[in-house]
Amino acid sequence: MRTKAVNEVTLDFPSQSRNESFARSAAACFAAQMDPTLNELEDIKTAVSEAVTNAIVHGYPDSIGGVTLKIRVLAGNVLELMVKDHGRGIPDVDKARQPMFTTGGEERSGMGFTIMESFMDKVTVRSAVNKGTTVVMRKKLVPRVKK
Amino acid sequence: MEIQVKSADRNLLLELSGELDHHGARTALRELDEALDAALPSKLVLDLSEVTFMDSSGIAVILRARQKMRLLDGGLLVRGVSPQARRVLDAAGVSRLVTIK
Repeated sequence: MRTKAVNEVTLDFPSQSRNESFARSAAACFAAQMDPTLNELEDIKTAVSEAVTNAIVHGYPDSIGGVTLKIRVLAGNVLELMVKDHGRGIPDVDKARQPMFTTGGEERSGMGFTIMESFMDKVTVRSAVNKGTTVVMRKKLVPRVKK
Repeated sequence: MEIQVKSADRNLLLELSGELDHHGARTALRELDEALDAALPSKLVLDLSEVTFMDSSGIAVILRARQKMRLLDGGLLVRGVSPQARRVLDAAGVSRLVTIK
């Protein structure tokens, strides 16, 4: 079931590697309204960087296509990050999520999903070959005590 | 991503600065290969003190450095690792494979 968002923003950009930096900074800026800790902000940036890099490297290996980043603030101080591409898709999602598995050659470590899972509470991957991949990540931010 | 290369007595020091993501790692991998081929060092130090962000792309750089130094029968030290980069390395289990200060 879709959870209603308190606030949300959607960004569309081409799959150029220079946009990795833009995407994670934008996510951190939007998440700032939740009063995150520095560690939480870094976790968010790292997870977004991994998901967007996957879309760029694996979604569109030989071309430039569209990547969507949707950031939603949900009730209960939960941040949801969705990264979607309409690229090549992942034939075997379970295999792709295994540590050290990569089809990206020497440039990639195969640790992207491991890091997303480690830095976020929940990571969901939906993919269809030649249709694209959607990664949805959620993290509950620890509410800070107001003085 | 900018990289300063310093080499003396078969000791090679690479000082990386900027964001070590997929975009930056391409530069880092190229410069790493060039510097190693030119110096053939017995010790390589990767200094990440000026790296402001690192994701799993940085792991690929560190693992490539480790692999090449093993071929040269030399040592690798990674230093100046920020808390954020450290969490990335720990999550991937790289801290067990490489000496990190």
